[in-house]
Amino acid sequence: MYTKNAAVYVAGVGVVSAIGNNTAGCLLALENGTAGIGPITSLDTIHKNTLPVAEVKLSNAQLAAATGLSSQLSRTALLGMMAAKEAWTDAGIAQQKGLRTGFVSANSVGGMDTTEYFFSSFLKNRRSGRLRNVVNHECGAVTELVADGLGIKNYVTTISTACSSSANSIFYGARLIKHNILDVVVAGGADALTKFTLNGFNTLQILDKEFCQPFDENRHGLNLGEGAGYLVLVSEKAAATIRKKMYCRLSGYSNANDAHHQTASSPDGAGSYAAMKGALAGSGLQPEDISYINLHGTGTFNNDISEGTAIKRLFEPHYPKMSSTKAFTGHTLGASGGIEAVFSALAIQHQIIYPNLRLQTPMQALPFVPEKTFQQGVAVDHVLSNSFGFGGNCSSLIFSKL
Amino acid sequence: MTENLYITASCSIAGNVVVKDGKKLFENAETNAQLFLVSIYQHFALNYPRFYKMDNLAKLGWLATEILLDASFSKQDYQPEEIGLVFSNRSGSLDTDIKYYETVKTIASPALFVYTLPNIVMGEICIRHHFKGENDFFIFDRFDAGFLQEYMAHLFATGAVRACIGGWIEILDNDYHASVFLIEQKKKENALLFTEENIHHIYQITHG
Amino acid sequence: MDKLMSDLKRQIVEQLNLQHVKPEEIGDDQPLFVEGLGLDSIDALELIVLLQQQYNIKLNNAEDGPKVFQSVRTMAAYIQSQRA
Repeated sequence: MYTKNAAVYVAGVGVVSAIGNNTAGCLLALENGTAGIGPITSLDTIHKNTLPVAEVKLSNAQLAAATGLSSQLSRTALLGMMAAKEAWTDAGIAQQKGLRTGFVSANSVGGMDTTEYFFSSFLKNRRSGRLRNVVNHECGAVTELVADGLGIKNYVTTISTACSSSANSIFYGARLIKHNILDVVVAGGADALTKFTLNGFNTLQILDKEFCQPFDENRHGLNLGEGAGYLVLVSEKAAATIRKKMYCRLSGYSNANDAHHQTASSPDGAGSYAAMKGALAGSGLQPEDISYINLHGTGTFNNDISEGTAIKRLFEPHYPKMSSTKAFTGHTLGASGGIEAVFSALAIQHQIIYPNLRLQTPMQALPFVPEKTFQQGVAVDHVLSNSFGFGGNCSSLIFSKL
Repeated sequence: MTENLYITASCSIAGNVVVKDGKKLFENAETNAQLFLVSIYQHFALNYPRFYKMDNLAKLGWLATEILLDASFSKQDYQPEEIGLVFSNRSGSLDTDIKYYETVKTIASPALFVYTLPNIVMGEICIRHHFKGENDFFIFDRFDAGFLQEYMAHLFATGAVRACIGGWIEILDNDYHASVFLIEQKKKENALLFTEENIHHIYQITHG
Repeated sequence: MDKLMSDLKRQIVEQLNLQHVKPEEIGDDQPLFVEGLGLDSIDALELIVLLQQQYNIKLNNAEDGPKVFQSVRTMAAYIQSQRA
């Protein structure tokens, strides 16, 4: 039975990224303007001294110690567990309360990092390479490891739609609640840095050799990042059993296809426009109700003009404040929707706006400029978070104050 | 709610055959998956040069959908944003991931990298048909008719879509299976009711 | 130059998976992008890979791409200039 207007609350948040190992760490960095981008330290790659990335500042051993998982597992699983566990603990929900609980997770790279270790040995000698390293290669396997770690068995699934993946996980979780299939859903995503993606993005020539500058006229591309972000979504009924204040509501969401190109966005931002418009329609809000947009803002020439054009078409003349936090965390691919959803929920809880770092020259084609400073004590009632992926997969989420 | 949802077309490509609406349309004993897929393209004279650039997963999904949507599909009855896609498989984009990774040894191939995501097949289908509605791609251990039926029915119930293509598009090396179906709210001749059982039957058709 | 152009046509068809095109059907001066052969941005990146793999030439400035890859003849001229 589907209840269209059933409320979906955010009861817990968890995040790990290049700027912080947990929510508090990330918030501090966002306030201080401290980006997590720097030279590659963890991957053994030919690009080691040329391409800046945003690495999580914890080794696999440290992640294992913090999460209780084995350090031999894929870094994607370790990062996922780190953030999902924080969110789960934050929500303070005991499984014994008889609430139907699910885990919807996203990633684009699965257990690729350990597979790469296997592959290099295997290439030299078909009999070498530890098979254990490829056992958890598939995207779904990484999800199961985290679900098992949290003790969630009822409902577990994986979504893999590139950079919109974890945003899609979140609104899929909301649908499960509105359809009264589940009461609680831990939803979001994780992705670790791998040579696979580094080489791939480099060959597409959309990486910045300097620190990225989203929405700057002279931007040169993105910096890859890694991390994980999860929300604990709950129904009205479940919220009543929790003795803490909810962060906010997930009030709107939408997904649309740009139908233009496998990796580039259309010049007029058709897919982005449709996703944002759909999310507004779902939430019953008007464009001028939005207080802040957390942009997809990767820093590539193409995305920023496409997204900017869609925003101009939809919001003209009332432009909300906006910024891309990828200037802090890099582009975390499958995790970006989840990480940025956490930042959006925090923006409402703390009534803050994040800055768009390293913005020097505003884009000439756009009649608005992202925020350059961190702001607090501002009215943040409704936040729109954009996540646009390869394959034209565009998603937008709207979070609203209670 | 599912009383007014119908499977108005279906197409399966598996085990060397192409089956549309329960009828075998094409067969070829070719054991190499890529060559088999190209033979389908050539047999149906599909005239879409972009096909050759696609990886095997996109070729498979694109072909199944192309054959699915024949002249009886009235695209003009819908806005582009009203047509959605819900696909699933087991291996993600692993078939291409492996091929791409081979190229990393020398020079990484951008054309292959583009396809190292399972949802790119949906992008190709949308580019072809100008569909702009919701897309989802799920990873499952095996085909789940019940999940797809429920999920797609909900999309209709919430007004997210007015027509939707769903199914399973899986390929790894030379093992392939695509079963896709078109769901609409109109009862056409020979249309089946949109139930888990009917979906499962479509999937099974090429399996025994 | 003629041999180079004919080699290039063959390599382009192979590298870009243009199975519906015969190398000899590509005109020496035919535009490769937009109209003509209708290649796109990903094909442009693959041509950069082709230069590197087959001719050991690295196109350092991606912005030179449109000029270099305008036609088979401009590609051949560029390759020759880099070899000199």
